[in-house]
Amino acid sequence: MAGKLQKIRSLEVDGITKRFPGVLACDSISLKVGENEVLALVGENGAGKTTLMNILMGLYQPDEGSIRINGQEVRFKTPNDAYAAGIGMVHQHFMLVPNMTVAENVALGAPDFHRFMRLDLAGARKRIQEISEKFSLPVQPDAYIWQLSVGEQQRVELVKTLCFGARFLILDEPTSALTPQETDELIVLLKRMSAEMSIVFISHKLAEVTAVSNKVAILRHGRVVFSGSTSEQTPASLAALMTGHEVNLPVNNCCEECGEEFFSVRNVRAKSDRGFYALDGIDFSIHKGEILGLAGVSGNGQRELAEVIAGLRSVESGSIGMPGFELTNKSPREIINSGLGYIPEDRNTEGIVPSFSIKENLVLKDFASDEFSAGPFLNLKKQEANAEKLKESFDIRCPSVATAAGSLSGGNIQKVILARELARNPKVLVAVYPTRGLDMGAEEFIHKSLLEMRARGTAILLISEELDEIMNLADRVAVIYKGKILKILPSHQATRRSLGLLMAGITENAPGAER
Amino acid sequence: MSILTFVSNVLSIGIPFSVALLLAALGEMFNQRAGIFNLGCEGIMAMGAFLGFIPAYFLQNSPLAGYANLLGVLAAGGAGILLGLLFALATVTFKAPQGIAGIGLQMLGWGTAGTLFRHFVGGVTGIPGLPSLPIPGLSKIPVLGPMLFSMNAMAYLAFLFVPVSYYLLFKTPWGLKIRAVGTYPRAADTMGINVTKTRYQALAMGGLLAGLAGAYLSLGQAKMFADDIVAGRGFIAVALVYFGRWHPAWILGGSLLFSIAQSFQLAIQVMGIKFPYEFAVMLPYVLVIVVLALTRSSAVRGPAELGKAYDREKRI
Repeated sequence: MAGKLQKIRSLEVDGITKRFPGVLACDSISLKVGENEVLALVGENGAGKTTLMNILMGLYQPDEGSIRINGQEVRFKTPNDAYAAGIGMVHQHFMLVPNMTVAENVALGAPDFHRFMRLDLAGARKRIQEISEKFSLPVQPDAYIWQLSVGEQQRVELVKTLCFGARFLILDEPTSALTPQETDELIVLLKRMSAEMSIVFISHKLAEVTAVSNKVAILRHGRVVFSGSTSEQTPASLAALMTGHEVNLPVNNCCEECGEEFFSVRNVRAKSDRGFYALDGIDFSIHKGEILGLAGVSGNGQRELAEVIAGLRSVESGSIGMPGFELTNKSPREIINSGLGYIPEDRNTEGIVPSFSIKENLVLKDFASDEFSAGPFLNLKKQEANAEKLKESFDIRCPSVATAAGSLSGGNIQKVILARELARNPKVLVAVYPTRGLDMGAEEFIHKSLLEMRARGTAILLISEELDEIMNLADRVAVIYKGKILKILPSHQATRRSLGLLMAGITENAPGAER
Repeated sequence: MSILTFVSNVLSIGIPFSVALLLAALGEMFNQRAGIFNLGCEGIMAMGAFLGFIPAYFLQNSPLAGYANLLGVLAAGGAGILLGLLFALATVTFKAPQGIAGIGLQMLGWGTAGTLFRHFVGGVTGIPGLPSLPIPGLSKIPVLGPMLFSMNAMAYLAFLFVPVSYYLLFKTPWGLKIRAVGTYPRAADTMGINVTKTRYQALAMGGLLAGLAGAYLSLGQAKMFADDIVAGRGFIAVALVYFGRWHPAWILGGSLLFSIAQSFQLAIQVMGIKFPYEFAVMLPYVLVIVVLALTRSSAVRGPAELGKAYDREKRI
């Protein structure tokens, strides 16, 4: 095993193979990370990235193959062995105990702060201070984790990992929960840190990969399909290598010629769960066959706006409506029947019933209609036929339509939701973070479906944090900040910079005409 | 009778009443902080009460009579640990649903204690029990002295255990691990904490305290054993943990509140105040329900993974 303070000049994995029942997760993977390198490990969901990293962290044992640090073979039986060798990992879901302080979280994983019948929190604070100064990562040792924002929690994760003595960092999709600004900060930070250590950066956001890494390895179905230097690649060429075919994220390039104004939200005010006004006079409208993109840092009222429209949260004042139907404070059932489709933010808990089968989830909104039931009885044959049809047309990959929806991958769960909503031919569709956490194949499919709905005349509200997604798909872009729409501009006038400023609440210098 | 005498009577009965509840609830607090909901507390207390009673009963007239109480306490604590570990085997290793396993443990403890009692003893028999141990000097203080400083050794130790358990939970590495595995076991696992081992330890601790709580009932409070000696105190202890928001000081407060309400209703009956006794008996239980209903849930402070088995291989 590498010495306690020895620098990790190279880390090699050689012929790593890992089988799970019925799945070959890693198929003879060989990779090498050299001194001060940033290796981006790229691949779609299920390509074997996380499995490989869990092997490096000692959480799984490989069936074949070996790991070498500085040329010497090592074996990690538990996460402790990997820490001892100087490898640290920042997991996609932060591994921080929310009702403990930062110092307690650090002390939890570092046995040198465990004295007999006493916890050396002062020692933990001191080490946190040292690390946070050395890498300019400001954290407060005595803050509780639940008080911190997602970006701050990520900083704590990094500091924690470094406090455990990591000299080789693995970051598993570190940007998936960050705002664009926080992402930029992280990229700058990682570049600075790469002067001290080697980093493995797992991601499927290709713009970040090209920005941060100097080497890239692409996994597909458990195999390394490409490995080389990043500078020779573009996001488009990486996407093609990753999915195995050319990926053309569709772009909405026709504009201006939208239909009549159809869906309107007028001066809506509504309270958040914590009692303050999360929506403070929201005002916009969407035309037939138009996609309105709503950009903003999450937590500025997006969730509440979607809930208000879907009838899940009550409106204090203002109105929401479409021609001939007033939605304001109607029940979800009435709103659904009026032709509103809804792709909720949290697909696992709001979009599906995880323990129900796919075919049941596909008729959740219509099981009582004449189409799928007869009197008090469900018509199971029609339910089945409906599911088979949608499985085909939406390319839902599942063992059978009787499989529990919760056991599917994120992309396929989203396709189930999309199939259910789009099959009802909604007049208005609200899509909240529809591609969050999905791989490029699924993203491409969802973007195509949204544009198809647009062509059929649906008025679409697309709420997203991904500026690229909004700029590619939307006809007009609205920016939400602290419960107000700051500005609405045609998407050809929107730039990343102007939207970024608006998202931070700065209005003066942003170009683009007032609505 | 003056108000002062009434109050002092109520308190000097009520405070010792709280000991069994306090011990059991502190034990349940350790279980729940580690994420395990042990509804079987009642059963462990029944076994503890029985095993605490047995040595005193059999050794009454033997030369070893002087050691009977100590032996009883040790037997009760030991059996408590074993039953706690049995519960850990079911819920941590085999991941049985905790609520159902808890009902099973309650019936097992209660039934075993009752059956053994009928087989070896038969009828209700008194034992000398724990002697009260007035603290020289302090017990002579008027009003407060008889109230606080004339209890038995177990009671003093139980109250002393409140700050001790606070220290264990918040100031030691062991307490940190207990809290981590009850709130976010996966995070603890990635930091090299053995979730299974930590939960076993917490359940052993909970079992020990529940067993001692039972021994206090037979040795220190009733000075006899009967089938239904625990009388739902194990379940009240579980409720007190929620009431006390998983904190030793609040749990102490809850135990005192409940026991003083209990002794108050007894005092009302004894004094013959015209008040339907059925309602008086209900009073402490109604109080617990009302207080629980009024207590705001504070998920952010409590063990978030309470009641859930941990599975490393599970997808998140």
